[in-house]
Amino acid sequence: MKNLVKVLSVLLVLGLVLVACTPAAPETSEPVVEDEVLRVAFVTPSNINDLAFSQSISDAMIVLKGEMGDKLEYVYSENMFVVDDAAAAIRDYAQKGFDIVIAHGSQYGSSLQEIAPDFPETVFAWGTTVDTFGQPNIHAYEAASDQGGFVNGVMAALLTETKVIGVVGPIETGDAKLYVDGFVAGVHSVDPSIDVRVTYIGSFSDVALASEAATTHLSAGADIMTGSAQMVIGAIGKAQEAGAYWFGTQADQTSFASDVVVASQVYHWEVIFREIFALRAQGVLGGKTFSANLENGGQVISINEGLGLDQSVLDKANETIQGIIAGTIAIP
Amino acid sequence: MISDLFTATVIMGIISSGIRLATPYLFASIGEMFGQRSGVLNLGVEGQMLLGAFTAYYVVLKTGNLFLAVLAAMAVGAIMGLAMGFVTIRLQATQGIAGIGFYLFGMGMSNLLFQKLIGVVENINGFPIVKIPLLGDIPVIGEIFFQQNLLVYLAFLLVPIAWFVLNKTTLGLKIRAVGENPEAADSLGVSVVRVRYFTVILGGILSSIAGASLSVALLNVFQQNMTAGQGFIAVALVYFGSWRPFGILAGALLFSMVNALQLWIQVLGIPIPSELAVMMPYILTILVLALSLSKDKGPSALTKAFEREG
Amino acid sequence: MSQSTKNFSLPSKFRLSAVFDALMPVFATIAALLVGAIFLLLLGANPITAYSALLEGAFGSFNAFAETLVKSIPLLLIGLGTCIAYRGSVTNIGGEGQMIVGALLSTWIGLSFINLPGWLMIIIAMLAGSLGGAIWGGLPGLLKAYFNVNEILSTVMMNAIAVQIMNYMLRGPLIDPVQAEAASQIPQTARLEVAYRLPRLAPTRLHIGLLIAILLAVAVYILLWRTTLGYRIRAVGQNQAASKYGGIDVKKHIVLALLLSGAFAGLAGMMQVYGVNYRMITDGSSTGFTGNAGFNGIVAALFGQLHPIITIPASILFGGLLVGANAMQRVVQVPSALITGLNGLVVVFVVSSEYFRKRNQRKHLAAIEAGLDNEPPRQNGENLEEVPA
Repeated sequence: MKNLVKVLSVLLVLGLVLVACTPAAPETSEPVVEDEVLRVAFVTPSNINDLAFSQSISDAMIVLKGEMGDKLEYVYSENMFVVDDAAAAIRDYAQKGFDIVIAHGSQYGSSLQEIAPDFPETVFAWGTTVDTFGQPNIHAYEAASDQGGFVNGVMAALLTETKVIGVVGPIETGDAKLYVDGFVAGVHSVDPSIDVRVTYIGSFSDVALASEAATTHLSAGADIMTGSAQMVIGAIGKAQEAGAYWFGTQADQTSFASDVVVASQVYHWEVIFREIFALRAQGVLGGKTFSANLENGGQVISINEGLGLDQSVLDKANETIQGIIAGTIAIP
Repeated sequence: MISDLFTATVIMGIISSGIRLATPYLFASIGEMFGQRSGVLNLGVEGQMLLGAFTAYYVVLKTGNLFLAVLAAMAVGAIMGLAMGFVTIRLQATQGIAGIGFYLFGMGMSNLLFQKLIGVVENINGFPIVKIPLLGDIPVIGEIFFQQNLLVYLAFLLVPIAWFVLNKTTLGLKIRAVGENPEAADSLGVSVVRVRYFTVILGGILSSIAGASLSVALLNVFQQNMTAGQGFIAVALVYFGSWRPFGILAGALLFSMVNALQLWIQVLGIPIPSELAVMMPYILTILVLALSLSKDKGPSALTKAFEREG
Repeated sequence: MSQSTKNFSLPSKFRLSAVFDALMPVFATIAALLVGAIFLLLLGANPITAYSALLEGAFGSFNAFAETLVKSIPLLLIGLGTCIAYRGSVTNIGGEGQMIVGALLSTWIGLSFINLPGWLMIIIAMLAGSLGGAIWGGLPGLLKAYFNVNEILSTVMMNAIAVQIMNYMLRGPLIDPVQAEAASQIPQTARLEVAYRLPRLAPTRLHIGLLIAILLAVAVYILLWRTTLGYRIRAVGQNQAASKYGGIDVKKHIVLALLLSGAFAGLAGMMQVYGVNYRMITDGSSTGFTGNAGFNGIVAALFGQLHPIITIPASILFGGLLVGANAMQRVVQVPSALITGLNGLVVVFVVSSEYFRKRNQRKHLAAIEAGLDNEPPRQNGENLEEVPA
């Protein structure tokens, strides 16, 4: 046994020396930066395949990569729910000379405010918010998720028979609350007597509790539900079992439950990033605020064609979308 | 508004939600109880649950075979338990810390495997609801208690079985002896090491089934960190239940039903902040335990490594 | 207990195996990373590239080392609290919640009084942070001592409660007035006054909290081994019955051990706000704010053999590992989940390596007893028997 320990320790020391002696290696392996290649890095709070917020930015990059091919190169750090770690990642990407660094989480704002002045050549984009801190190299982007919420709400109001609608949210603030408030307003714009019941389960990850919240809504008479954030997959499952319609947000949830998802509000951040890329080419590094909304196509209501919805519902949805774009419908 | 809570629909809703929410806790807590009864504290339950949840989900996704899925989850749980046993029994590592290590390992690994092997959130056909003949037809009661999926029945059956094993069999006697006084047990010819390996591996298996009960029976989906802290609650419930299966059952039901109650409070629009509603089960669990009279000190040798003299 | 005063007497003769023992956690970490190399290979990443990125990200430059130190501050503070709690034989896994409550209380005070001199507010905030943590740690202490509620249960539950309180405060009473007006209300407080920030030690993010934490490590050492209070906490931790017989108020000292360890966690929370973020932000979970420091700090203390002074380098090593691992993730673009898994492997390996260290020490002592060695017994290890397993 003692010999084994000795052998092991020699091996470990060798390993340490090996690792310690090669710090120069990665620098040469870094890709050579050509003038025309745009290098983008993004940082997200959850995993990029969460079927929700983080996936939306990743999907946008995939679209842009498809359009730009070799002209675009992107890397990412996902799961950066610790603000401090995200700050380190943002600083590191800027230091490594990435052209555009995207902080895709409203909680990263403070860090960006600290870091951006140190890298005046780098474009920083922060979402979802409207605040650029007056920095010449920070763009802000947000989603008018109340708009999509409103359209979803209008459709839900037309489809409900029990006049009870359930909502499952994570915590009572931010993008989720904006969507939920828009949804409730949309429902009540059609029929103020409909009872919209909202539960916030206090977590972004507790799938089981989200599922029970949905069951509770169903027992309380809801025949239509919606919800925001990644843990709602638990709720969608219950909607599916009960045959209750579901309205999605942040990503297209039709693929997950094609027999009950009526429509999803989907973010198309690529609309905004095309603009940010173009501005950079013109030498504008920041200071602008972008909104992904129904008008500019940054936000799309993706309707599940397979459900065979009544034409009158689709017409009303379209009418609402046009009304919001034209400004004739104001969301309270 | 408050009076809305005392209707048949709500009370039935709370009980049936409570039963479902309690299912993973029962598996995991009873597994943990066996470990603690023999002197091993395992804080890694959360990690074992996540790996079990992933394994079962993955097998169902690839083969559609539910029983194979549970078997695979059990195997992974057994390996995790064996590793925990090796570290805490053979290498006598500090149990609490080793558990934290396995928690992080399990969480990281289940996420990594999910991303690499599956990548997209997809739902599956899990264990169907099985209506028990006759009993399932009783109005109200039948619907709540006898129209559940197989793993729910199993979780509740586990309680009397665990009680029987612990109190009425030689194995149970050995487990208790090893947890109370390992030196004495050793001198009577009981292999402390073997008993502890057995309970820790059993704990791993049951935690893994707890995870599987979420991913292939109750929710039929897998998502990263989907257990959301339930593994730690499961450990806490062992203390609530004073290391007794029926005590654990009471704790799991109390916690789960209050959790169901707070959802109803929100659904019915009773005007309190949602955060206050969400924290209710945690507060009440502490309060009930603080005010209850009968409390045990727990196994004397809990967290103490055993080493033969000489 | 009296021999503990000789704790740092140098061995008269240099013993190679003693150095080996002291570095055991480092070897264990390397072993864990070697196992991790297999995973890296499976993921198609070059382990040598990856681990050099890790080393460079943690210790490769002045700035990197500063980041490592910043990360190690909360680990050290939680670790110090852990030293006290474990010596008193209570298991405090409520560091997460205690950090949050400490941060909330100190942030609230910092935002309420905006015209105080900076140094004065920093002192008040440190006291407020410690007080918040002490309350959140003291409650489980009272529950354990007087209501026989196990502290693992109460601290787990109170972590969850603290998160909900934080979420409520940051979207309600404490929300940034700017955000309260905005459409998507980000749950964060306003920024603290510039004067209230903890002074920085260099042109990096490293702040004075490091020096305070190191001073506190010395203070904890003195508390535990040079004061009656510390002696009593340890006595209660070792043998409650004997302590009671010896006239020590066991219940009081259980409460004190948890209360003190909570105070350190609360201070760690205050320093994250006043030294790093300058405001509180929540993503709905505890880790978003604490970065798991409430758990990792416990591990750091164990790396430091539950000795406050050794916990200093242990925290830095562990902080470096966490900072470096994130840097590695960026260079080789592996999923961040691997980092969590590696973190767990390192903990398991290090905690297991204790076995070999203890065994070596025992062998050494046996050799002395057998008269084969003239060296006096090494005192550094004398407290090992007190470590609750």
